[in-house]
Amino acid sequence: MDARREGEATRMKNSTTVERKSERELVLTRTFNGPARLVFEAWTKPELLKRWWVPKSAGMSLLSCEMDVRVGGKYRFEFGHVEAAKPMAFFGSYLEVIPSSRLVWTNEESDEGAITTLTFEEKGGKTLVVMHELYPSKEALDSSIAGMPDGMEETFAQLDELLVTLCASVGRS
Amino acid sequence: MVQYSQTRFDVSFAALSDATRRGVLERLGRADASITELAEKFHMTLTGMKKHVSVLEQAGLVTTEKVGRVRTCKLGLRRLEEEAAWIERYRQLWAARFDELDNIVEELKRKEKVDGRKKRG
Repeated sequence: MDARREGEATRMKNSTTVERKSERELVLTRTFNGPARLVFEAWTKPELLKRWWVPKSAGMSLLSCEMDVRVGGKYRFEFGHVEAAKPMAFFGSYLEVIPSSRLVWTNEESDEGAITTLTFEEKGGKTLVVMHELYPSKEALDSSIAGMPDGMEETFAQLDELLVTLCASVGRS
Repeated sequence: MVQYSQTRFDVSFAALSDATRRGVLERLGRADASITELAEKFHMTLTGMKKHVSVLEQAGLVTTEKVGRVRTCKLGLRRLEEEAAWIERYRQLWAARFDELDNIVEELKRKEKVDGRKKRG
């Protein structure tokens, strides 16, 4: 009985958490049912990363994905989005690379991009991945959240969405 | 209810349509401030700034509290909800990515098992 329950639990998806840990930090966690070396591999080989980085539901497609995973090496991902005329590019370089354990990179598409630190902790065949994003300032994280490095269009659009949600919840109560 | 929603919507957009009021929101995003401080920062009379703050307050974007003779302004609940909503969308994006990553980890595990058997055999 217990064994069956356990079996069901392992088939269930592990939960993803995101928390704003401080004015400048976002922390994301997720456990994977596999050893750290495999999760690390899926994160550092472009042919594997390509298959999961752009979820099918997001309406985006990965146009190119270049990664030179070594200290000082660069990466560049280009996405297309059904609603965007031009592809969006994400790029930066790797600051630390410790196989199966730690990966640190810069995010240089914005002047005030975060430094991302990824750690892999293996325990009993499972791996806890912690993604830590440290922004240079509170304002940098705030504007990343508001999506408004310049201009308020994004914020307007988000406010839009939010108002619809808020109004819907008012409607229900 | 539809009408009520439309009204809230209009109030928010009207509140954000003014450059000074958007500036006030950005300023309050950095730290709370008194009406006097905001008036000085935006080179405006106290009365003028009070009017702007009142529009933002009505839209739920700013709340104010009077302690003694000083009225302090801070970002309203709606701004905080906006952050919570963003964090939830961000979480959903990563959760979707990670669900796909699960499949790849499973595939790599199976492949290792097969390769291991081949090596032993």
